[in-house]
Amino acid sequence: MPAETVSVTGWGRTAPSAARLIRPRTYEEAVAAVRDCGVRGGIPRGLGRAYGDAAQNAGGAVWDMTGLDRIHVVDVADGTVLCDAGVSLHRLMEVLLPLGWFVPVTPGTRYVTVGGAIGADIHGKNHHVGGSFARHVLSFELLTADGTIRTVAPGTPLFDATAGGMGLTGVILTATVRLQPVETSLMAVDTERATDLDDLMARLTATDHRHRYSVAWIDLLARGAATGRAVLTRGDHAPLDALPARARSAPLAFRPSRLPPAPAGLPGGLLNRATVGLFNELWYRRAPRARTGELQPLPAFFHPLDGVPHWNRVYGRSGLVQYQFVVGHGHEDTLRRIVDRISAHRCPSFLAVLKRFGEADPGWLSFPRPGWTLALDIPAALPGLGALLDALDEEVAAAGGRVYLAKDSRLRPELLTAMYPRLADFRALRAELDPRGALVSDLARRLAL
Amino acid sequence: MQDAFGLPQSLLVLGGTSEIALATARRLIARRTRTVWLAGRPSAALESAAAELRALGAGVRTVAFDALDPDSHETVLGKVFAEGDIDLVLLAFGVLGDQAHDERAPTAAVRVAQTNYTGAVSAGLVSARALQTQGHGALVVLSSVAGERARRANFIYGSSKAGLDAFAQGLGDALQGTGVHVMVVRPGFVRTRMTAGLPKAPLATTPEEVAAAVELGLRRRSEVVWVPGVLRVVMAALRHAPRGVFRRLPV
Ligand SMILES: Cc1cc2nc3c(=O)[nH]c(=O)nc-3n(C[C@H](O)[C@H](O)[C@H](O)COP(=O)(O)OP(=O)(O)OC[C@H]3O[C@@H](n4cnc5c(N)ncnc54)[C@H](O)[C@@H]3O)c2cc1C
Ligand SMILES: NC(=O)c1ccc[n+]([C@@H]2O[C@H](COP(=O)([O-])OP(=O)(O)OC[C@H]3O[C@@H](n4cnc5c(N)ncnc54)[C@H](OP(=O)(O)O)[C@@H]3O)[C@@H](O)[C@H]2O)c1
Repeated sequence: MPAETVSVTGWGRTAPSAARLIRPRTYEEAVAAVRDCGVRGGIPRGLGRAYGDAAQNAGGAVWDMTGLDRIHVVDVADGTVLCDAGVSLHRLMEVLLPLGWFVPVTPGTRYVTVGGAIGADIHGKNHHVGGSFARHVLSFELLTADGTIRTVAPGTPLFDATAGGMGLTGVILTATVRLQPVETSLMAVDTERATDLDDLMARLTATDHRHRYSVAWIDLLARGAATGRAVLTRGDHAPLDALPARARSAPLAFRPSRLPPAPAGLPGGLLNRATVGLFNELWYRRAPRARTGELQPLPAFFHPLDGVPHWNRVYGRSGLVQYQFVVGHGHEDTLRRIVDRISAHRCPSFLAVLKRFGEADPGWLSFPRPGWTLALDIPAALPGLGALLDALDEEVAAAGGRVYLAKDSRLRPELLTAMYPRLADFRALRAELDPRGALVSDLARRLAL
Repeated sequence: MQDAFGLPQSLLVLGGTSEIALATARRLIARRTRTVWLAGRPSAALESAAAELRALGAGVRTVAFDALDPDSHETVLGKVFAEGDIDLVLLAFGVLGDQAHDERAPTAAVRVAQTNYTGAVSAGLVSARALQTQGHGALVVLSSVAGERARRANFIYGSSKAGLDAFAQGLGDALQGTGVHVMVVRPGFVRTRMTAGLPKAPLATTPEEVAAAVELGLRRRSEVVWVPGVLRVVMAALRHAPRGVFRRLPV
């Protein structure tokens, strides 16, 4: 198979490393790639939307799985799809929405693969009612380090190690996923403002269960009494009868629009406290104090950022860091302290998102657990950022919380076992399944996964 | 692995007793560095430097390395890399020489050149190849403002640093896209034992400030770092000063 040595990064564009990029087009090619991986092993990669180094493998192989992109079976009656792991959620939406089905979980971007969705066991705005992506996976085929392909069912150790296992148990080749029925491709959205963090948490706690999808955007540059002011957007798929008459002829149309991509080579510093502060102010002011039942196209509700391809370039040469953590219910004081510290540090972050998670998911390294999760993008060049995040990690760990590996690019490895109590099981399973370390990534090396 | 801020988990210092290198190591250990190799000429100073870093919580090993013996570099450094990935190689060895003496003792002058330049060419190439094989890492080279424009007062040292600087820049270009980051650091006058006894120069700085600049440069993936930063402007002016003027400057 042709292999080209290229420099690889995650979505945050930090810590590049070089690897042989191999793009298998058949399962046989994938098997051969794993068998011949060489001393520095290999790691599967989807669309590279993990922010950090999860889909990089310095000096070894990176298997670009997007060449395996067939949708094999759509069961329109039962609502399941069997497809290759390299199929993107965007593609699934294009194919499934006209048939009246939607993916069970979508992250903030459609440009992730099914393999990446299982590998990171992603969550969406419906986690409080629907759980993570892997909860909707009925089975998958996994190519393991020994070059064999195994069919893996939920409830088995290999399934639970692979869901959230960051590609380190093997290469997912295909998956069968249970779908969500929808009558339309529009969302009925309720918007409201919260004046500060306590107001926000109170609103989410009181009424989240009434909405299938729920998320809040927080202005982390607001200070004083306004610290943690937020806009809540919650909604559900609009039923057919909610559509105006003229829209009912094509209720399942899916036509996302995209602007031209952000140019390469932008200087750093475009996102500073002044520009982001202004943006946040406008966003907050523009949001209605309270509005219910607004119809929005699905991409506008779920994937606003997908409208600008390569928006990560706006962060310039040093890239960006996304910090996402969760702390359990009862640790609201920790969340408050962290929000205060981020506000006090004046992080120019215009994408801070707060969500209430539901039940924990079975994956050994799955991120969600019941409680509060906060995610924010920060320019990596921000002075003092490393030390600030180290301090926040300590708070998170002390509260029994954790940071999300799919977003991580800088965690101190010593904290990992406290954050992920099943790590020992994960390591033991890998040691047995993959004694020569054929599956390895920069993330795995950095954190000794 | 280096993290999003370029901070290394493992460090190899070439010139293990260098005060600038040890200040950098202390700073990096306080961040992420857990494994340190101090490569240098065997001495009590080398062992006590290792002990000092160990007390900060890092695993530290020493290894015999002589810049003046390039034939051994492949073997010596190969053994270090065989023990595990090195995220950052800090090329810190160097000698100032004694200009007045060395002008009259060409073999002594040659030792300065061989240590600072040819020794670094050899160790730099060996390290670069190992870093390239592992697909990631940084090579930080301690050059000097003295190499930016040779001065009457120390042109033997200055010319060796000029060669080193040009070599390191070219190596950085050669390693584009390989995952390896080469960073040239050009300090001005740093108060260390190398400069002990010399009259204090303007814009003098400390090993700690050089260490801070190295950390910042790693985060920014800088290719050239001046310490202090204003030297970039100062040297830009000096570089373009006419020869006759430059000769008479008190620098
Ligand atoms: C704008 C944006 C918004 C996001 N919002 C969310 C969100 O709301 N919720 C959330 O959970 N995440 C979110 N993410 C993160 C993203 O969903 C995950 O990182 C996801 O894993 C990316 O999928 P990918 O196909 O790009 O995989 P990559 O980034 O290429 O890889 C991610 C991991 O999956 C593994 N992997 C990929 N393919 C396979 C395979 N075939 N077999 C086994 N392992 C594989 C890789 O080894 C790697 O460890 C967001 C990311 C962005 C950029
Ligand atoms: N101090 C300054 O003002 C200044 C300014 C600009 C640039 N620099 C450069 O920065 C670097 C570090 O300087 P420093 O100030 O930290 O000086 P230092 O403390 O004197 O360190 C110099 C180091 O070089 C080592 N060395 C010399 N010859 C060697 C050889 N043949 N083989 C192996 N190691 C050898 C020394 O080891 P031993 O213990 O074995 O002698 C010592 O570890 C040098 O390259 C220097 O040129 C210094």
